[in-house]
Amino acid sequence: MLLSRIARHMAAIAGIILLGGLLSATLVRLAPGFDTDEREFDPSLNAESVRALRQGRAGERNILRFYAAYLHGALHGDLGRSHVLGKPVQDLLRERWPVTLRVAGIGLILGWLLASALAFSACLWKRTAYDLLGTTLSGAFLCIPAAVLALLSVILNAPGYFAIALIVFPKIYRYVRNLLTKAYALPHITAARAKGLAELRVLLWHVLPVVAPQMIALAGVTVSIALGASIPIESLCGLPGIGQLAWQAALARDLPLLVNVTVLVTLVTLLANSGADVMIHMLRTREA
Amino acid sequence: MSLARTLACVILIAVCGVSLAADWLAPSGYAKQFREVPSSPPSRQHLLGTDEIGRDRFARVLYGTRISLILAPAAALVSTLLAALVGGLAGYLGGVWLRIATTFTDLFLSLPWLFLLIAVRALLPLNVSPLCSVLITFFILGVLGWAASARVLSASAGSLRNSDYVLQARASGLHGPRLFFVHVLPNLKPVLYAQFWISIPVFILSEANLGILGLGVAEPLPSWGSLLRELEGLISFREEPWRLVPLVLLIVVVTSFQVVLSNNEEVTA
Repeated sequence: MLLSRIARHMAAIAGIILLGGLLSATLVRLAPGFDTDEREFDPSLNAESVRALRQGRAGERNILRFYAAYLHGALHGDLGRSHVLGKPVQDLLRERWPVTLRVAGIGLILGWLLASALAFSACLWKRTAYDLLGTTLSGAFLCIPAAVLALLSVILNAPGYFAIALIVFPKIYRYVRNLLTKAYALPHITAARAKGLAELRVLLWHVLPVVAPQMIALAGVTVSIALGASIPIESLCGLPGIGQLAWQAALARDLPLLVNVTVLVTLVTLLANSGADVMIHMLRTREA
Repeated sequence: MSLARTLACVILIAVCGVSLAADWLAPSGYAKQFREVPSSPPSRQHLLGTDEIGRDRFARVLYGTRISLILAPAAALVSTLLAALVGGLAGYLGGVWLRIATTFTDLFLSLPWLFLLIAVRALLPLNVSPLCSVLITFFILGVLGWAASARVLSASAGSLRNSDYVLQARASGLHGPRLFFVHVLPNLKPVLYAQFWISIPVFILSEANLGILGLGVAEPLPSWGSLLRELEGLISFREEPWRLVPLVLLIVVVTSFQVVLSNNEEVTA
């Protein structure tokens, strides 16, 4: 059962990546300026050399052939070459990925800790002050663009992962707060509290098992939010990660690099969501 | 109507009104350079000072607000219409159409929003006229922002498919587009309105992100994104606090939208 679920997820991921890749390849192929090569303007090249350059790209004109060549290369570990940075794309991804993993990872952990602490405090002790603090903070950070948070972190000399934490915090806080409010209103939890069970025991034994599946699903979604936020954070804070790479590729219209970065980020997002789904399934199977 | 909602509505109307009156309030325009006073502090002539090349910051804030507040709803309209077409129709038709639409929606939602935005923006030419860049930016936001709304609409349309009045209309011989446009779509209006209003602050924030990254509206045309880009050179808040005005305005407007929307949700619930 579990294996078939994992297999289904893998098939869905493969399908979405293939479809997304085809879509990206089509967009790259149809993008203005695809068919031009600035080397053609090099006065030292004669007409025959220019013709040879054009013939070299002739195979790229057919979208399906272009995509097939890309897939063939990708399967053999060749993701193409960045026009701007002049390096193989796979080398760039290998160099930059650890930075993004570290920044987004620490940001996610901090965001989750802050949001959970505030949401649990507000529900556990039912103090208006905690609730007001959490709601005000989450409301304020929801209204600030991620790029502005990045700029503010630069001005305040705060690390980049702090900005990521503040970007994911409001989404986590609002969702977890709602989940906990609904869970605390359940009849069996009200009964447990009425019987005088300690609040911590109610939380650990009765509330957490109810909200765990949704929180795991949220964890999968926040990976996508943190990766998205890594573009402005890394670009504006000068962190050499995948987000900065995507930004540099976008500004220079380095399409092969941009498409590969997007496909990689999509793959990670899908894996995070599928991992969350499999974990929820395992949790429910164990409960049953 | 609660006090907070009334206040939020008043703020939104005031900001819209003032930005629409930009031609009268700042007749010098957003592009005119006062070369003798570059980077000047606020004065009677320039209420928010001037930027590095001597343009009146107050005028730029007013015109930028106008652009963001007119085009974000336009983008929201495009995305809501697309969502109604894809999600509403797929939910109503059900079966294989619903599965295809769900797969396509999942594909869009699985991509981190900002990665998708900058990828598609970069595929289009970057060296275009300012007006063209505005249209491209907000059109992309509208065209790419339909997926989340489509999912909500397909669920709503799916529940309407088996409702009593649709079954009765079908039994009376009404089929195809007429049934969808006459009976299903009008009943999706509340969901469509909600999705439209929810999308506006999302698009305002997305444009701001794109603008700060240099992928939004092109100079000299101002927008909140391009105005916020000025914060890049800020060393401390105390030094030139008037440069924070676009940020404060953006936060106030987006917060007002959130307040109006949260009250809407409470009323619906």
